[in-house]
Amino acid sequence: MAKGMLNVPARAARGAVIEIKSMILHPMETGYRRTQLGAAIPRDIIRRVVCTYNGTEVFRADLHPAIAANPYLVFPTVATESGTIAITWTGDNGFSVTESAAIAVE
Amino acid sequence: MDARPDRRQFLRVAAGAAAGSVLLTVVPARAVPAATLEAIRQVTGSAPVQPGKVSLTLPPLSENGNSVPLEIRVDSPMTEAAHVKSIHVFTEKNPQPNVVDVHLGPRAGRAVVATRIRLADSQTVTAIAALSDGTFWSASVGVVVTIAACAEEL
Repeated sequence: MAKGMLNVPARAARGAVIEIKSMILHPMETGYRRTQLGAAIPRDIIRRVVCTYNGTEVFRADLHPAIAANPYLVFPTVATESGTIAITWTGDNGFSVTESAAIAVE
Repeated sequence: MDARPDRRQFLRVAAGAAAGSVLLTVVPARAVPAATLEAIRQVTGSAPVQPGKVSLTLPPLSENGNSVPLEIRVDSPMTEAAHVKSIHVFTEKNPQPNVVDVHLGPRAGRAVVATRIRLADSQTVTAIAALSDGTFWSASVGVVVTIAACAEEL
């Protein structure tokens, strides 16, 4: 059900700095909240977001409970070559989602 | 002779006492909580953190602490020789001081990251950038939050 979204420009000039936008549907339950009966709600967050460009890691973020629900991250990268940009979100309870997008560099 | 202090004397003494108590109760303008300092120390070790190079953008007033847009820019050429290695964000009044740790390098081209964070209270948010030359730079921004995150019950 969890769906990641990755927005990468379809084509870019070689050497240009492009913007990668990412978001994923996830509650990012902090582990600090309680139900009305006082029971603690266990933590369920995305802990790590890794972006790879043709298999090479170009960006990594470690998230903590203070990241808002549906984690949204925007970051730049240099368009070096045509290929695939992929993002993997991993987290609590075995959460793991990967989304990828193709980019043409000329 | 009347030993009672007159009005003028009384006022002088009262003013002096008031000034004295103000001096005694002066606290640092921004007392950073121990947990935040400890979290920062985990990142920087014993290296000094200098203000500058980092610009942290947050709305000065946030209606909803559950989702506050945050943007960090670091002044760096982002070359192999001089780049930003990582950026770390800390809060002072959230249940946990860490917010996000971002790792990047020369492949980023620019040192800019944007996300959305939770704030449990009106507080100061600090961003620290670790540069490839081993120096640490920081910026802090105060945010007023009207509806806090983490407060609601299910």
